[in-house]
Amino acid sequence: MSVDGPTRTFRRQGRVVVVGASLAGLRAAETLREEGFTGALTMIGDEPHGPYDRPPLSKQVLLGKTPADGTALPRRRAIDAEWRLGVAATGLDLTEKRVRLADGQEVGFDRLLIATGTRARPWPRDAEADLDGVFVLRTSDDAARLDQRLAARPRRVLVIGAGFTGSEVASACRERGLEVTVAERGPAPLVGALGGVIGAIAAELQREHGVDLRCCITVTALEGDPAGRLRRAHLSDGTALDVDVAVIALGAMRNTEWLAGSGLGAGPRGVACDAGCRAFDVHGIVTDDIFVAGDVARSPHPLFGYQFLSLEHWGNAVAQAETAAHNMISAGPDRRPHLWVPAFWSAQFGVNIKSVGVPPMGEEIAVTQGSLAEHRFAAAYGFQGRVIAAVSFDHARWIDFYRERIESAAPFPPDFTGVDRPPGGVRPVPADFPDPALPTHGPTVTLSGYSPSDRRVTFTPARA
Amino acid sequence: MTSGTLLHQITDYANRADPYPLYAELRRTPVARQDDGVYTVSTYWEINSLLHDPRLSSDARNRVPLADGSLSPDPEEDAALPPSFIRLDPPEHDRMRRLATRPFGPPNCPRRIHDMRGELARMVSDLIDGFEGREQADIVDDFAYPFPVMVICNLLGVPHQDETRFHGWADTIVSALDPSPAEGAAERQRVAQQARTELGRYLAGLIEEHRRTPGHDMLSALATDHGPDGRMSQLELITTAVLLLIAGHETTVNLIANGALTLLRHPEVLGRLREDPDLAVPLVEELLRYEPPVQLLPQRTALADVDVAGTLIPKGSPIWLMLASGNRDPRRFPDADRFDPGRRDNQHLGFGSGIHYCFGAPLARLEAQIALTELARRLVNPRLVEDPPPYRQNPVLRGPRHLPVSFDGLTA
Repeated sequence: MSVDGPTRTFRRQGRVVVVGASLAGLRAAETLREEGFTGALTMIGDEPHGPYDRPPLSKQVLLGKTPADGTALPRRRAIDAEWRLGVAATGLDLTEKRVRLADGQEVGFDRLLIATGTRARPWPRDAEADLDGVFVLRTSDDAARLDQRLAARPRRVLVIGAGFTGSEVASACRERGLEVTVAERGPAPLVGALGGVIGAIAAELQREHGVDLRCCITVTALEGDPAGRLRRAHLSDGTALDVDVAVIALGAMRNTEWLAGSGLGAGPRGVACDAGCRAFDVHGIVTDDIFVAGDVARSPHPLFGYQFLSLEHWGNAVAQAETAAHNMISAGPDRRPHLWVPAFWSAQFGVNIKSVGVPPMGEEIAVTQGSLAEHRFAAAYGFQGRVIAAVSFDHARWIDFYRERIESAAPFPPDFTGVDRPPGGVRPVPADFPDPALPTHGPTVTLSGYSPSDRRVTFTPARA
Repeated sequence: MTSGTLLHQITDYANRADPYPLYAELRRTPVARQDDGVYTVSTYWEINSLLHDPRLSSDARNRVPLADGSLSPDPEEDAALPPSFIRLDPPEHDRMRRLATRPFGPPNCPRRIHDMRGELARMVSDLIDGFEGREQADIVDDFAYPFPVMVICNLLGVPHQDETRFHGWADTIVSALDPSPAEGAAERQRVAQQARTELGRYLAGLIEEHRRTPGHDMLSALATDHGPDGRMSQLELITTAVLLLIAGHETTVNLIANGALTLLRHPEVLGRLREDPDLAVPLVEELLRYEPPVQLLPQRTALADVDVAGTLIPKGSPIWLMLASGNRDPRRFPDADRFDPGRRDNQHLGFGSGIHYCFGAPLARLEAQIALTELARRLVNPRLVEDPPPYRQNPVLRGPRHLPVSFDGLTA
C-alpha cells in the first residue's frame, strides 16, 4: 500500500507529457489510457500534422499510390490529450520538471516521455542543400514535395546513399520509369545494415532493375544554375552527372539537441535508458520520472550482451512505447523490461526484405534456405558460435523460426536440416561488414517464460 | 487414460459435437507421443512455432512408414496426379503457390476478392429468398453449402450446373482426409485416389476449353498467364485446380455453418450483429478461433530431431498440429472457452500460419462475413431445431452435417 499509494494517485490525477507526436508517442499515449491513466496528458510535436506512418512515405507515396497526407496512423482508442502540434520542445528542466517550448511557453509534468525520434541527416553544405531539386525524405511534407517533383518527370534522379531509404527511393523511381543514379560510399547497397554478402545481392537487384549504381564513391559537390536550380553533381572519381533531382539519403540524426544542458544522458547516439525505458542522467544514475521510447532511445539488451541498442525500427517504436507507458504508471515490481528482438522490413525492386536480430554483430553469414542466385532466401548471421540475426528475401514466413533461434542462442553454423536447403549446402562465409566494431562477450543470458508477452531475463554467470 | 486413447476419443465420432474438453485434456501434455508414433502438438505457442519451422515437411515422401499405417492417411500419395502445393515443400511449393496467387491476390490482382462483394451479396440474398414461405431451413444444405460452391465455381470458371458431377468426387476425396482408424481405411484411400483422378480428368477438360477461349476466371488465367515463373505444367494445373475447387468450398461450408450454430447459441451476439453489420469482421475472426473449420493438420513430418517444449520429436515422425486446441489455449487467450467477438489480440490459428497459411483466407473471410450478416438480418426469430445438430463424420474438417433452423419469416 505504501508503494502502491503514490502510483495509484498518479494514475488518477498525475500529469504526463509526451514529447514527440509520432508512432512511439501516439502508441504510448494509447497505452497509458488503455491501462487506466486518467490524469492530464499533453502531446507535443514539432510537425503541424497529427501522428502519421512513415514506412509508406518511401514506398506507396513515392509511387503516387497514396497521397502524402494519407498515411495518418490508425487510432487504437481515444486518448483525450491536449495536443501542442507545430511547436518543438526546446529545453528540459529536470529540477522543476518543465518542458520548454519554441513558442516560449512551458509545460509542467510529473512524468515525461521522450519520443522525439530522428530526422534526416541533411546535406552538409547549406548552400548546396538549399538548391531547388535537393530533397531529403523523412516527413510527410518531404514525401509530398518529392512525389510532386518525380511526377514532373525529371531527366535523372541522383540518390545519395544506398541504405534502406535510398534504395527504396531508387526502387520507386525505377517503377515510375525514371532514370536514377545511386551513389554509395560503401562497397554495396545496404552494406551497413546487412553486410557485404547481402549487399552484393542488393547491388544485383538494383542493376537488374536498371539503376545506375555507383559504389565506393562520394558526391563531392552539387552544382546549381544561376536561378538556384540543381543542375549537376560532381563525384569523387572526377566524373560529373547532369541531374535535376538529388535525394539525400545519408541516414538519420537523433533529435536530442533540445536536451543539451538538461543533465540527461542524451547525445548524438540517443538518450540512454535502462531496460525499463527510464532515462539515465549524465552521471549514469537512472531517473524515475523521465522515460524514453522509439528511435531516440538507447537501451541495453540482454540478448546482445547488454549492449545499448538504438533502433530505427517501426516495431521497436511500438513495443518500446508500450513498455515505457506501462512502466510510467506502474509500481516498481510491476514494471517490465523492453526485450523486443530487433526486426525490420523493406520493400524494394519487387522484393520483400525482412530481418531479425542484430545483423551488424554477425561475423559470419550462412544461407540456410533458398538460393542467393534467385534472390529468394533466408540467411542466418553468426556471432561467437551462436545465431545473432537473420535476413530473408521473399522468405518472410520463416522469420519467426529464426527469431526463436536468436532468442535461444542456437548454435552457429546452423545445425538444422530443413526444407528448401540451398543448392550448395549450408556454408558459413564472412558476413563482410565494413566496420565490425564487435562488442566483447559477457555472461550468457537466456530468455525464459512460457509466453513471449511475459518475458523475464534469467541470469547465468559465465563459466570461469 | 493414456494420451493415445485420448486422441482416439477426439477422432471418435461420438465426441464430434464437442471435442473441446478433450483438447483441454490433451493440452496437459503439449507434445504427446501417441501409441502409433504420431506426435500431437496441442498448445498455441508450440503449434505456432512449428508452423514456422523449416524442419517440418508437408511432403509425405519424407515420412518414415509407421508400424500401423492407419493413422497416417494421405489421399494424395501414389495418385496419378502429383501432390498439390499444400503437400509440397519449398522451393516447389513456393513456385506453385506464387503461380496460383497471380490471378487471385496481390500484387497482381489486389482487388479481386474485394470486387466480388456485390456478387457474393447477391448470391446470399437469392439463397435466403429461397426460404420464403417456409418455417424451417437446413442452413447447411440450403445455404452454407450451395453458397461457397457457387462462389468457387464462378471464381475458377467451373460451370455451376456440373455441381452434381463433382460433388460426389469431392465428398469421396474429403472423407479420405479423415484420419480416424476405421474399417476399410485402405479401401477408402483407393476410392479417394480414383475420385481425385476422375475430378482431375473433368477439370482437365475444362482447362482445355478455357485455354482455347479464356474468360476472366482463374482457370483461364492459370492456363494462359505468363509471369516471371513461367506457367504451370498441365499436370500441375490440374492438381492445383482440384485443390482449389475442394479447399474452396469444403472448409467455408463449415465456417458458415459453425458460425450460424454459434450465433444461435449466443442470441445476444446475433442481436448485436443484426444492429451492427460491422461486427461481422471481428466476429468471423473469433469464430475462426472458437470453432475453426480445420481442426487439425495431420500431415507434417519432422525432417530432423526437433525439440519442442522439452520433448524430442525424432526425425521422420508424423506430427499432428491440433489447431483447434491451440485456439483454446488459456495461456494464449484469456477466457479461451468463451465466445467473445469483442476479443482483442486475436491471432488465432484458424487459417494456420507460415508458408501454408490458408490460400483462400481473404475469400473465406468475406464469404462468412456476408453470409452471417445477412442471415442475422433477414431471419425473423431464428431458433435451433436440434442442439447439437448432427455432425459430419470428419474430425479434420469439422462442422454440422445438417443445421435445421426454424424462423417466423423473413425481412426484406
